[in-house]
Amino acid sequence: MNRYRDDPRALQALVDDDRVHRDLYIDPEVFQLEMERLWSRTWVYVGHTSQVPQAGDFITLDIAAKPVMLVRHTDGAVRILMNRCAHKGTKVVYDFAGNTGKTFRCPYHAWTYRTDGTLLNVPLKEGYQGTRLGETQASRGLTPVTHEVYRGFVFARLADGPAFREYFGDSLSSIDNLADRSPEGELEITGGCLRYLHNCNWKMFVENLNDTMHPMIAHASSAGTAKRLWEGKPVDMPMPMAIEQYAPFANDYKFFDDMGVRVYPHGHGFSGVNFSIHSAYSAIPEYEEAMKRAYGAERAQQILGTVRHNTVYYPSLTIKGAIQSIRVARPLAADKTVIESWTFRLKGAPAKLLERTVMYNRLINSPMSVVGHDDLHCYRSAQEGLAAQGNEWVSLHRNFDENESSQGELTCNGTSEISMRNQFRAWKKFMVAG
Amino acid sequence: MSEDDPVRFVLREARLIDEKRFDEWYELFTDDALYWVPLTPGQTDPLAHNSLAYEDKLLLKLRIERLKLPTAYSQKPASRCLHVMQTPELERADDLRGEYLTRSPFIYTETRGDESQRYTAVAWHTLVRSDAGLRIRLKRVDILNADAALPSIQLFL
Repeated sequence: MNRYRDDPRALQALVDDDRVHRDLYIDPEVFQLEMERLWSRTWVYVGHTSQVPQAGDFITLDIAAKPVMLVRHTDGAVRILMNRCAHKGTKVVYDFAGNTGKTFRCPYHAWTYRTDGTLLNVPLKEGYQGTRLGETQASRGLTPVTHEVYRGFVFARLADGPAFREYFGDSLSSIDNLADRSPEGELEITGGCLRYLHNCNWKMFVENLNDTMHPMIAHASSAGTAKRLWEGKPVDMPMPMAIEQYAPFANDYKFFDDMGVRVYPHGHGFSGVNFSIHSAYSAIPEYEEAMKRAYGAERAQQILGTVRHNTVYYPSLTIKGAIQSIRVARPLAADKTVIESWTFRLKGAPAKLLERTVMYNRLINSPMSVVGHDDLHCYRSAQEGLAAQGNEWVSLHRNFDENESSQGELTCNGTSEISMRNQFRAWKKFMVAG
Repeated sequence: MSEDDPVRFVLREARLIDEKRFDEWYELFTDDALYWVPLTPGQTDPLAHNSLAYEDKLLLKLRIERLKLPTAYSQKPASRCLHVMQTPELERADDLRGEYLTRSPFIYTETRGDESQRYTAVAWHTLVRSDAGLRIRLKRVDILNADAALPSIQLFL
């Protein structure tokens, strides 16, 4: 059914300034249009350069329902290529990750390509003499994708859209803060990827990251129990890292309101302007010393004093600089999304940092996480509940100000739903334009 | 529970989970015990590499206490599980020191409402004999497809 494809006004009517229609979450046609428009016209996170350190290294994935690969070419730079043999469509590489050497060779008919995608050779070439092969896409090899690298983070844009810097603007400061936390200013993805299958729309996950009204409710059973298990322990007993990580989810409304939230044009934003649930972690003196040596005391303090909660690089990437992990939304259907959770090693930092990162990822982002269980329960429950009769709208009214949309960067109280309204303004812009 | 034979002990351990006798189950572990579900086949590092779970007794306690709460929303409706076990093999036995390693292939089903998921896995139990009988020092569960995109797994493999 094409209710929205050829009717920009119907699509536009799904997003009010302070509420959105349920079809954004449950309608398969809207999902299809999101892949063709929002997820193609914007910069979508692909991977990190540390995943492909050597020439010939590649990773494979789908973005906007298209098979792509990130590969390190022999010139030392990375490329993103459509993972589709120019001949008959076979994926030229199939592993999640690997090294292809200097060339790709299709397993079906042995067409070969350089690692920049250009066609190198075809068996029995003379069979194509006098044919139109040379005039078609088939002779141009693996289709390259527009991409940008920012401090190792690789983004792709599949269709025409805003330039990279224009698109992300000052929101890139969160990626800077994550990378700056390495005494060498460099990150390395390590430790594998937790892949959590969510039977809900991708936006429920992305919105939730700066939804500061839910932790004390949805996570009362996990974070509340963590707090309770630690109650009455001697004050001089060091708090286990796990309790330190769980307990702040049960903090009160005032805490999350005082955290503050900041939004940027194009749907990006973060909460934790002033502090966050990661602010009260125990010091790791050896690390702080390394940071001071690398940056000087003042700059080191500035970097480590920026303790943001979640930053959303709309629509695909969400990062936690203070804990050195990222979560990536990989939408599969209107009600199906894979959430990938990756961990970073800060080059030049003691091993304790990575242990903290990996523990947080396991406790919060694993399919076995008791925090994740309650989040996903709420998303799935909404996915089903939205079918109800009598109210087709999702309310985003909290702290709405009718002038907010005319401003670029804006900082508000932490429990405002402005980050969601800001995401949907971007959604409308990229879904309706063009 | 007092069970002196490592093989029978492992079978009983699974049964306590399936019957949701989690407080009794918790007592089967030594104070320094760990429950580990690695992410990657052959994984050797639980600290610098991601795992689905790597829990000490404090974290196991947290899970068990949470399951008792009416605010554990993801347990409405509550999950059920069943281990269908192959007879555990005694991989290593040191009767002198009272240390044993067992290997137990099993099929695990976890259901919640109309949903059902099934995993094939191998459990490795490192058991030690104490005054109170056998206790688990490490339970490692290698799920065959641990690195796949998985839904919520809410009870204990």
